[in-house]
Amino acid sequence: MNKVELAYFGLCSVIALLGGFVTVGAKNPIRGAMGLLSTIIGIAGLYLMLAAEFLAAIQLLVYAGAVVILFLFVIMLLGPSAQSKRDARGAVARYVGAAALLVSGLGAMVLVMRTQSGTPTALPAVPPQFGTIESIGHELFSTALVPFELSGALLLVAVIGAVAVARGKQVDPTLLPAADAKPSAAPAPTTGQTKEARS
Amino acid sequence: MTVPLEYFVIVAAALFMTGAVGFLIRRNLLVLLMSIELMLNAVNLTLVAFNRQHVGGHAGQIFTFFIIAIAAAEAAVGLAIVLAFFRLRSTVRSDDADLLRN
Repeated sequence: MNKVELAYFGLCSVIALLGGFVTVGAKNPIRGAMGLLSTIIGIAGLYLMLAAEFLAAIQLLVYAGAVVILFLFVIMLLGPSAQSKRDARGAVARYVGAAALLVSGLGAMVLVMRTQSGTPTALPAVPPQFGTIESIGHELFSTALVPFELSGALLLVAVIGAVAVARGKQVDPTLLPAADAKPSAAPAPTTGQTKEARS
Repeated sequence: MTVPLEYFVIVAAALFMTGAVGFLIRRNLLVLLMSIELMLNAVNLTLVAFNRQHVGGHAGQIFTFFIIAIAAAEAAVGLAIVLAFFRLRSTVRSDDADLLRN
């Protein structure tokens, strides 16, 4: 197989996997977000290899441009308390569960690979117009039209829900018009007037 | 000859396992949400790789498109929930989310 393609594949997958490890292992959530960014860039590179140019662009726009930035906003909004302190309560159970999952996942991977015939599956040649914006857009607006419109509605509902949940019930007291504003506002004009009178 | 399909699937499986293990062993709510994003990305990679093998249609890529849209919505709502929880308890540890206990 082509050496350049293999090197590109290795580079992208190493970037993606290292980013994943950093995301999971980093103590500081900002480092975790940077690891997520690296994973997303690596996967966008793999999409380019798989003849999915439109999805690579969407991946970079939506994930790297919106989701990671949203994570960073929240982490910076929370400040130092975004980094939760380490404690050992229930750590053994969690690590045992994770190790069991890891072993079963690796076992499944090995079993699936042993059932293969031995020769890796070669990918077919890419037909023209595969994965381009025109063909994906044509399919989105013909066969996948209903889910496309529904996903628009879902995004609208998610935006409204996120605003409603994150806003909370308390009203900012500085925004209240009459009763709370008067006592603090009353002294100010008098001082202004006295200053004017003095000058 | 191009890079075979199995390589992409192995990378996606390793990424999914990373995300799943991270979801199990971490307790920071923000890191949990990032682990979910990792798993969704791994599934997307699998879908695109299998669509590359069956080049007759775009079903895998269309699915990936919708999964990306849903992941964006999920991140927005999840982070809003994290903010609301932080306002309530002043922490982002998932162990402290026990308001419904008892």
